[in-house]
Amino acid sequence: MIYDAGEYDVVVIGAGHAGCEAALAAARMGCRTLLSTLSIEHIALMPCNPSIGGPAKSQLVREIDALGGEMALNTDKASIQMRMINTGKGPAVQALRAQADKHQYHWAMVDTLLQQPGLDLLMAEVERIETDDAGVSAVVTRTGARYRCQAAIVTSGTYLKGRIIIGDVIYDGGPNNQVPAMKLSQSLLELGLQLGRFKTGTPPRINRRSVDFSKMIEQPGDERPLRFSYLSSLEPKEQISCWLTHSTPLTHRIVMDNIHRAPMFTGVIKGIGTRYCPSFEDKVVRYAHKSSHQLFIEPEGRNTDEMYVQGLNTSLPEDVQLQVLRSIPGLENVHMMRTGYAIEYDYVIPAQLKLSLEARAVPGLFTAGQVNGTSGYEEAAGQGLVAGINAALKVLGGEALILKRSQAYLGVMVDDLVNKDNDEPYRLLTSRAEYRLLLRQDNADLRLTNIGREIGLVDDQRWEVFNRKLEQLEEIRQELEQTSFTPADSAMASFLAEHNSAGLKDRLSLWELLRRPEIGMEQLVEQGWIKPAPPDILEQMEIQSKYEGYINKQREQVKKFEKLEQRLIPEDIDYQKVFGLSNEALQKLQTIRPRSIGQASRISGVNPADINVLFVNLEKARRKS
Amino acid sequence: MQEETIAAISTPPGEGGIAIIRVSGAEAIAKVDAIFQPRVQGRSLLELPGYQMMLGWVKDAQGEPVDECLAVVMRQPHSYTAEDTVEIHCHGGVLAARQCLQEVLNQDIREALPGEFTQRAFLNGRLDISQAEAVIEVIRARSQKALNLAVKQLSGQNRRYIEKLEDHLLQAAAIIEASIDFAEDVGEPDYEQLEELLNKVADELQMLLDAGRRAEIYRSGIKVVICGKPNVGKSSLLNWLSGRNRAIVTEIPGTTRDIIEEYINIKGIPVRLIDTAGIRQTEDRVETIGVQMAQQAIAEADLAIFLLDVSSGITAEDEDVFHCLDPSRTIILINKDDLQDKQIDAAQIKGRFTGMPVIFGSVQEEQGLSELQDHIEMMVLSGCGAEGAMEILLSERQQRILEQCGEQVLTVRGLLGMLSLDCLAVEIGLLLDSLGEVSGRNLKAEVLDRIFKDFCIGK
Ligand SMILES: Nc1nc2c(ncn2[C@@H]2O[C@H](COP(=O)(O)OP(=O)(O)OP(=O)(O)O)[C@@H](O)[C@H]2O)c(=O)[nH]1
Ligand SMILES: [Mg+2]
Repeated sequence: MIYDAGEYDVVVIGAGHAGCEAALAAARMGCRTLLSTLSIEHIALMPCNPSIGGPAKSQLVREIDALGGEMALNTDKASIQMRMINTGKGPAVQALRAQADKHQYHWAMVDTLLQQPGLDLLMAEVERIETDDAGVSAVVTRTGARYRCQAAIVTSGTYLKGRIIIGDVIYDGGPNNQVPAMKLSQSLLELGLQLGRFKTGTPPRINRRSVDFSKMIEQPGDERPLRFSYLSSLEPKEQISCWLTHSTPLTHRIVMDNIHRAPMFTGVIKGIGTRYCPSFEDKVVRYAHKSSHQLFIEPEGRNTDEMYVQGLNTSLPEDVQLQVLRSIPGLENVHMMRTGYAIEYDYVIPAQLKLSLEARAVPGLFTAGQVNGTSGYEEAAGQGLVAGINAALKVLGGEALILKRSQAYLGVMVDDLVNKDNDEPYRLLTSRAEYRLLLRQDNADLRLTNIGREIGLVDDQRWEVFNRKLEQLEEIRQELEQTSFTPADSAMASFLAEHNSAGLKDRLSLWELLRRPEIGMEQLVEQGWIKPAPPDILEQMEIQSKYEGYINKQREQVKKFEKLEQRLIPEDIDYQKVFGLSNEALQKLQTIRPRSIGQASRISGVNPADINVLFVNLEKARRKS
Repeated sequence: MQEETIAAISTPPGEGGIAIIRVSGAEAIAKVDAIFQPRVQGRSLLELPGYQMMLGWVKDAQGEPVDECLAVVMRQPHSYTAEDTVEIHCHGGVLAARQCLQEVLNQDIREALPGEFTQRAFLNGRLDISQAEAVIEVIRARSQKALNLAVKQLSGQNRRYIEKLEDHLLQAAAIIEASIDFAEDVGEPDYEQLEELLNKVADELQMLLDAGRRAEIYRSGIKVVICGKPNVGKSSLLNWLSGRNRAIVTEIPGTTRDIIEEYINIKGIPVRLIDTAGIRQTEDRVETIGVQMAQQAIAEADLAIFLLDVSSGITAEDEDVFHCLDPSRTIILINKDDLQDKQIDAAQIKGRFTGMPVIFGSVQEEQGLSELQDHIEMMVLSGCGAEGAMEILLSERQQRILEQCGEQVLTVRGLLGMLSLDCLAVEIGLLLDSLGEVSGRNLKAEVLDRIFKDFCIGK
């Protein structure tokens, strides 16, 4: 029997990384919010690797933070190691990566959710989403509870019709042997959404006490570990190491000897996996010339002996997994605690979404995270935040928040999802961002805090911290620009000599001096020329000065890019009447209905010739009117 | 929605036995059907399947046959313009074709403007921007060679060359991106390979630009001035090269006193040929002005043919002329080599006027003149990779962008290893952006606007 269980503004279905952000954002923006999960014990579960961040993802995490999201704060609480990677490759691509304690990550998030006013947690399986003329009207659980609502956000991860595959052992299940959601797919189909099927996988876990670390290379955390959130303290925390080992020719032989039992070769797996995170057997077959692959052994937490074997995603039969593990230096006597598996699941083809992540066909229905065909915790959280914000804005009667590609990785990701054909789970890469030098992790707050404040997600504390930072930056910048030295200045001359830097020819400001690769902010502070300031302020100044030329180049590119973004396409355009479009373009434009010529030009299958046609047609119409 | 119906003879005038009239637009098929009398009674163009031919006559208002023709129907969007199109193949030559066209136009069909079919093809999504630019070139082509080049560009030739360049840059980008996004698997980028790729880009860009400059010569032509002291045979040479008696020739020195211009064609290169007054010190006011104009013409020319008279030896007047010349753009023709009385030999010339090709010849006896033409071609094309096989026509816009790219590649190559990877990626990205603007892959609002203007859309 179905009963009326109450009313919310927003219901979020699934409490993974996307769901938690979505629910917190909606509640913080003042919406009565229900967060429904299959299992409260598995909220913010990290069923795959125990790490957060890395290239593109760390930028994303900081953007989430700047907008008032939770992932950065939660990662800082749960981190057991912090490492800045890609440090030599430039500020746009250097990235922070955390190893997180999975249990602590879960608990810390649950704590935050429970403390959030206006947010209710519910353990249930939502089976159906109901609509009326206005769009989403309610969600109904397996046990018959109907929650009326104005917006629903589906953040169901890989649980939709999840199917676990380990060799020839196959059963219905979600990640980590959770119960899957078997009914919701049907409801989405009935609402008119198109679903696809993807697969992903995870490696086996091993017991720390059965590992011989003497055969591995230690990967310690940074000496001065940083943090993701602009609000977290920089108090040093004890860092736990990861370990590097590698597969051997024997490992590869074991794989090849058993390849006929691998599901991806027997045809059991039909879902499409990701190139960016291939299974180990896939790597061995595809890169047959390589006799060894790197493997990282990563702790799953402070208070557990379980360790993760990064690089060994596999769905080989369990006995083969064990043989494979034991062929690896340091793992000769290893005890396998959890078996690796592949998981297949339904996802919503994201071309059906607007840039607000609302389904075009179902007003009030939003989808975010892996259910949109993405991979990664960070991508999920980012979409969750966007969907949560936009669901709340919809309920509150505001205009949707759509971040531009030139503004945030969040914008790049959502724009890619909607416009580009994805035939594998989407992973954010820095190379997907055209204006990478502007979208740095060090300036996410400068880019987005204002927006977060406007929509009501940035609280007073964050706002104050942010404004103080702005003031400090301004102050130091003035100091740098206004302090200048002549070639005659002896203190400067000896300073330059000491740092193997060429002598001055003309009067030079500190700002200009800072452009020299061998000169850094800390040295200027040491000299007493600049007042001491927190490291992130110094770093920010250094980047702005040293990369000014390239930053300006990218700004120029953005200007050009925005010209086509500003050529808006009327919402009521009838593409059938645009003479000369190719068939494929016509279909794509009809489904995606881009906002601008710029967006249209990014849609897979829409060619420059189609854009000419569209442009000319719009221009003709504009001149007639 | 199709446009107003237009028609024109679409084969070049005066060539070949068959002329084709193309009719395109909403009413093309119906209106041509009204004046087309099929050979087989009872048939009609309205029912003719696409891309099939029907034999018949174009008839005039009285129903009298004008010419025997084949008609082909192409229905939208399967035609060059993507509109309904009829092509009438007239067998009776140019005159008959004009008459047939008149009958078509009498059906209240407008005569197409130059390039209008192609403009429609572009507007209807059949051509990309670089092809559309080629169309403008086709319309403007001044020689057969320029036309051939434009037609090649129209076939998407430029885009294919650009794609090759883009391919190298994408490879370079992939090396950089892999090292950034998959740092743990890939490590540092292979700088040697990056340098090799940039070298390839630089070389191929140079080839493209050379080819573009060559094409520019075929498109815009060059200015060649004939100069020398009086009576050496300058006007005779102009007459010979232009194939007609344009200038007065007499044995009296100082015959030519004004500038004489002829448009001719040397090996496919359009040449504006200029005959000048013989340069000498003179009291004659008219001649003095003529001499000044000659000096001016020499300064403005791309190439000078410096004539000497073999029978007069190298005189002070010759030296005076020589001082007006730029040796790197001069060919020496020692004329009247038919005469017995030879006062100049090769050794003398070498001693005086070094670094220029020297030809002994005779305008009167038509000796050495094809050699002269060869030298003109060679000199004009030297400095833009004369021996290159690549044929490409670049618009001014494309030429400008590619030149910038050429400089940029060299700068970037010089910075390899010093520039951080994210900045290196910006550079490669900028290069790709620019190349995309040339090929039309990367759309820029400005370019669209300009095409819009060139095609006079919406007016
Ligand atoms: N024998 C011989 N006579 C030539 C040749 N070319 C030209 N002449 C003669 O040389 C005379 C001058 O020829 P032009 O062509 O008028 O000479 P020009 O250089 O134009 O003379 P100005 O206009 O007075 O400067 C004419 O009588 C020509 O017939 C040649 O190759 N051989
Ligand atoms: Mg003369």
